[in-house]
Amino acid sequence: MAEKAGMKMRAEQVNFWYGEHQALKNITLDIPENKITALIGPSGCGKTTFLKILNRMNDYVDGARAEGIIHYQGMNLIGDSLDVAALRMQIGMVFQKPNPFPKSIYENVIYGPKRHGIRKKSQLDQLVEQSLKQAAIWDEVKDNLHKSALALSGGQQQRLCIARCLAMQPDLILMDEPTAALDPISTQSIEDLLLTLKEKYTIIIVTHNMQQAARVSDQTAFFLLGEIIEVGETKEMFLNAKHETTERYISGRFG
Amino acid sequence: MMSQPPLSPSVNQDVATPRKLFLQGHPGLNGRRKAKNNIYHGVLLAGTLFAVVMLGLLLFQVIRSSIGWLDWQFLTSLPSRFPKKAGILSAMAGSLWTIGLTALIALPIGIATALYLEEYSDARKWFNRIIQLNISNLAGVPSIVYGMLGLAVFVRLAGFGRSILSGALTLALLILPVIIVTAQEALKSVPLSLKEASYALGVSKWQTITGVVLPYSMPGILTGAILAISRAMGEAAPLIIVGAAGYIAFLPTSPLDAFTVLPIQIFNWTSRPQEEFQHVASAGIIVLIALLLTTNTIAILLRNKYQNRMD
Repeated sequence: MAEKAGMKMRAEQVNFWYGEHQALKNITLDIPENKITALIGPSGCGKTTFLKILNRMNDYVDGARAEGIIHYQGMNLIGDSLDVAALRMQIGMVFQKPNPFPKSIYENVIYGPKRHGIRKKSQLDQLVEQSLKQAAIWDEVKDNLHKSALALSGGQQQRLCIARCLAMQPDLILMDEPTAALDPISTQSIEDLLLTLKEKYTIIIVTHNMQQAARVSDQTAFFLLGEIIEVGETKEMFLNAKHETTERYISGRFG
Repeated sequence: MMSQPPLSPSVNQDVATPRKLFLQGHPGLNGRRKAKNNIYHGVLLAGTLFAVVMLGLLLFQVIRSSIGWLDWQFLTSLPSRFPKKAGILSAMAGSLWTIGLTALIALPIGIATALYLEEYSDARKWFNRIIQLNISNLAGVPSIVYGMLGLAVFVRLAGFGRSILSGALTLALLILPVIIVTAQEALKSVPLSLKEASYALGVSKWQTITGVVLPYSMPGILTGAILAISRAMGEAAPLIIVGAAGYIAFLPTSPLDAFTVLPIQIFNWTSRPQEEFQHVASAGIIVLIALLLTTNTIAILLRNKYQNRMD
């Protein structure tokens, strides 16, 4: 085991390039189990790039190249020999803009499980109810499961996307600014949801919202120009940051 | 304390601004410009009306000429050398056979090609760029050239003879470029965020295509197919080369039968010396237009059904 005790994942000396441009430099980071890790930093600092390395979504970018080791369940997530589809069944993702399929709410939730071989109606029904309940949206949609997901509000759509991700029963969930496109009330409900989800899942969240990082995360990593400047317990970092740049960024004096 | 800026920014009296000219009721703005606007409006309207009026005249002429000739007997009879007994049944059956077979051949191949080019091929490789370029060029090749290809390859080389199959294969080649290009456009319109959502669930590329990409792009693909098939239904030139006959006194029962289609039958009638056959031809044109409208309606209904399912 390359991950330390209580750790879900360990990135070691990860470098990443888009063509000639080096987007990440020597990233080393431990991801604690059943905790929320927040990645913060100004736009273009590499936090989303790092997130997308973890479920290989960067594979679709021309000229993208990664080096280093990411230990996860005895695998290295960097390298050609990895079964990417199997990895993504373990590591789910929620995107910045809610992106439900233009199908019914029910079809959205079972989209993944159905394509991975779960066919029985009773099992699928159960999965839908369980996932929507976990995503705290069941009460709002239980009578309209076969209505189009596009008729939901932005905040509901994002919770549906979380339910769609939970239906795969992942081990780890990546969230790329999941509340950036939402109003304060929807943001609040997603943040409440995150706090209940961490009892069962390990979560990594990219956010531009300092208060959000402070409210929900247990560990925070501050990225700047492709490097991690500081990483530590969120409370500790927000109360007394070790680096001056971190302190200035957190307090909103640059970035 | 900083002094408050004035509510409206002070305006330099010498500088002409559009707003000042407007307030002064400048003729250049209120007179000349309006006149220009009206002229362009009129020109564009005239252009539109030209097409509508011509279509109206044509339809009027054809309908007037067909009165008394378009009846049940005409629809259910085989062709004859006596105008009163002549009917369109075999041409109608031939058109339906040919178009049906054309769609069956062209749609799967066209959609498969579009999927390959959009989802699988690497557009940076010269091989794929050449395919793309050639498909766009093929859309502009005159239909008679396809007829010659069909004659050489399907009628002679493959030995299908002067049959429905040869005709349908030729028409399929003719409309494939249009189907491919419109299907590609439809596939390009699928948002990347939906594909990403599917991939992020560990779903394979093919499952993403069948689960998200095709359902989303199907209305667009069908629209292209409607246009292409309508074009094929009105084609006469390539089928004449492939060897569709002008006189077929039986109904086709297999794809290897000899055949004729509506445009050829109409062409055959218009070239006869007897005046009555001009009326028979007009009746045939009405049938062709009705058939075109029916296929288009069916296709549009089909498309709307898909669209509703997605919303």
